[in-house]
Parts: sequence; C-alpha cells; structure tokens
Amino acid sequence: MALIDLANPTRFRALAEAVLPWLAAATVVAFGIGLEQVYFAPDDYQQGATVKIMFLHAPVAWLSMMAWGVMSVAALGTLVWRHPLADVAAKAAAPLGAAFTFLCLVTGSLWGRPMWGTYWVWDARLTSELVLFLMYLGVIALWRTIDDPTRAARAVAVLTLVGAIDLPIIKFSVDWWNTLHQPASVFRVGGSTIDASLLTPLFVMAIACTLLFFTLHLAAMCNEIMRRRVRTLLMLQAEAAGGH
Amino acid sequence: MSALAALFVRDVRLAIRVGGGALIGVLFFLIVVTLVPFAIGPDLALLARVGPAILWLGALLASLLTLDRLLAIDHEDGSLDLILTAPVTLELTVAVKAIAHWLTTGLPLVLAAPLLGLLLNLEPPATGAVALTLLVGTPALTFLGLVGAAVTVALRRGGLLVAVLVLPLTVPVLIFGVAASNAAIVGPVRFGTPFSILCGLALMSIVVGTFATAAALRHAMD
Repeated sequence: MALIDLANPTRFRALAEAVLPWLAAATVVAFGIGLEQVYFAPDDYQQGATVKIMFLHAPVAWLSMMAWGVMSVAALGTLVWRHPLADVAAKAAAPLGAAFTFLCLVTGSLWGRPMWGTYWVWDARLTSELVLFLMYLGVIALWRTIDDPTRAARAVAVLTLVGAIDLPIIKFSVDWWNTLHQPASVFRVGGSTIDASLLTPLFVMAIACTLLFFTLHLAAMCNEIMRRRVRTLLMLQAEAAGGH
Repeated sequence: MSALAALFVRDVRLAIRVGGGALIGVLFFLIVVTLVPFAIGPDLALLARVGPAILWLGALLASLLTLDRLLAIDHEDGSLDLILTAPVTLELTVAVKAIAHWLTTGLPLVLAAPLLGLLLNLEPPATGAVALTLLVGTPALTFLGLVGAAVTVALRRGGLLVAVLVLPLTVPVLIFGVAASNAAIVGPVRFGTPFSILCGLALMSIVVGTFATAAALRHAMD
C-alpha cells in the first residue's frame, strides 16, 4: 500500500483500527516493564528517591521535542504534497505535544522543589521548554481561529516550519543567556554520569512513552477524520435544508 | 523593478499619510517607557541598570502593535490580490513591503530610543549601544512579525493572535539585543560577540521571513 492510498480516509481508518489495539497493548506492556524496573532501580546517593522523577521527566522532555518534529514532517506533507492525511496528523500532534511539554514542566518543577528548594528557577532547559510550550499553545490557537480546516492546515504548516528553524536557535540563545546570568549552575545531569543501573529503566520508559505518543496520535487522527466527516455531513444537511 | 519601486512608494505614502498610523508605534513606545518608573519607582540608579531591557521590551511590543495592519489592510480592500497576481516574484514583493513597513514603523523606534534613554538615565555610550542594537534588531522583528501577519491575513481580528504567535519566535533577538547593550555598559562579554550574533539573527530572519511569508500568502490566497 503506497502512502497516497492512505489519503482515502476509510482505508486509513481501517488500517489504523487494525494497528491500534496492538500498539496500545505494546504500550501497556512497555509501561509495565518500565515501571517495574523504575520501582527496583537503586536510589541516587545524593538525590535519594527523587531521582525517580527523572524516569518520567526525561522521556517526556524528549517527546515534547519529537512532537514538533512530527508536526514539521506533517507540515512538509501539507505544503509540498498537499496530502490530506498530513493536515490531520499535524492537527492531532499539536495538543499531544503541548500536553507532553506541560508534563515535562510539571515534573521538572516537582523535581526542582527538593533539588533547588523552589518550584521554578530560570534554568536553561526549563526556560526553553517553557518557550516551546508557548509555541504549542500558539499553534493550537491558530488551528482554533481559522475555521476552514484546509486553510488552517497551510497557515499552521508555515508557522510550524518557521518554528522548527527557530527552535534550535531559541535553545542556543537561552543556554547562552543562562550561562551569562548564572555562572555557577547548581544543577547538572551529564549524559555519561548516569550509572547503567539507572540507564536501562530510563531507556525502557523512553520506549514506553514513545509508544504512548504514537497510540494517542493514531487515535487522535481517527477522531479528527471522524470530526471532519461530521462537519461535512452537517454542511451538506444545511445546504439541503436551505437550497430549495 | 519599477513595479517594486511603485509598491515601495505607495506603502510608505499610505503609512505616513492620514489613516496610516505610522507614528502610533512611537507614541506607544513613549508611553510604555513613561509607565515603567511608575511601576518600579523613580530610582535613577535602578532605571539606568534596567534601562536597556525596558527600551528593548518597549520596542518589541511597539513593533508588534502595527503588524496586524501590515497585510490585513491590503487584504481588506483587495489590493493584496492584485499584488499577488502581478508578474513580479512574490518574495521580492514581500521583502519590499517589509522594508517599507520597517522604514515607517521600525526606524522611528530606533530614532526615539536615544531620547527615551535620556529619560531612563542612560549614559551616552549606553544609549548609543541600545540604539545600535535596535537598528539591527528591529528589521529582524519586522520580518519575523511578517510571518505572523501572513498566516493570520484572512482573519478579521488577528491582532492579539499575531502577538501570541510571533513573541516566542523573537526570544533570541531579545536575548542578544539586551545582552549586547548590557555588554557595552557593564561587560563582562565584549560588545562585538553578542552583537555579531544579533546581526546574524537579523540576516537569518530576513531570509526565513521573506520566504515563509511568500509561501503563506500563496497558500492562503488560492
């Protein structure tokens, strides 16, 4: 089946509904294994049990960025090939990305409370996540403002791609700004300083969260297709009622 | 070429004549800066320390204020459709419109900055640094704002939405604009380091803004 065949919503929904139960089951299994490993993972010698927040915080942070990546690929699909499914994929990914970014901010500040003594510091990573969150909200606002879905998809696609170019620059500038203002940062998680006993559960949790994202994304895409069908039917009904 | 020149002259004329509202941005800038001492107190030392940040924030907000009229007016009276169908590369058209807009709304902010710096107790070198960073930074704000104006062009009330969409994108410009101004005043970084990054950001915004706006207009109008 070529990608273009999926432009037919009925065919796509048939495929999605066949895949969804398996994807959901895989998500549950991955979360089961991941949580079991997190539960038995050793506490950090400095941070104690609070280190377990990391097993949710880091995967969610990774997904908050991946969701923008999914939206950017979908935006290319919208602008270059005008693939109708790309519009649906982009629209379904935006609230998910916002939710994962929000989770990242919440877990980050909950982790920050015992570590920094306060819920929020203008740490470089947290600050760029906050800007990312604002950009997701902007994209959702644009989706909700333009009533014609095709037009909205194109406007959002341009904004998404500009955002994709700007996001690494924002990350870089916030890092620069942060080092200028806080020469001695209190907080450091170096990639290589994590012990293997913590790395395996982290890896499993990352897979579990990624599976969760794709399960929710596929389900949201099906919902969006149904929503568009309802919209079309309502418009046809209105036309039939008024057009005699 | 003459079509572009005609468009440029038309846009500048429309902006500076009655109904154009080119100077409202400067007026807004003046009011924001006037309000700041009421909020944080008339302590001259404190004002001098936060002065560059206030001037930058004021200029950022003032440049957003005029964005919703940049393309929406032309869309309302139908001239945007004519401009789009003209046998000129759309990217060039967009760039010319943006330059005309910057000349009538961005440049006045830069020229007003030294006067407002006086109100905020900035030393002459500090004022010069802020004005120079604004001279480089406001084109970046205009071209980034242009993208926001283009994706909301068909909306009747896009004003606040444009601000919501554009402001997160301007974070790097704000950071390096204020950082360069502060570097000139207190250090510790040399002025040239953040300033050259600001120049780079401005050049990049001009390129990205032009092409993204042209793409958005093409897709919005067909």
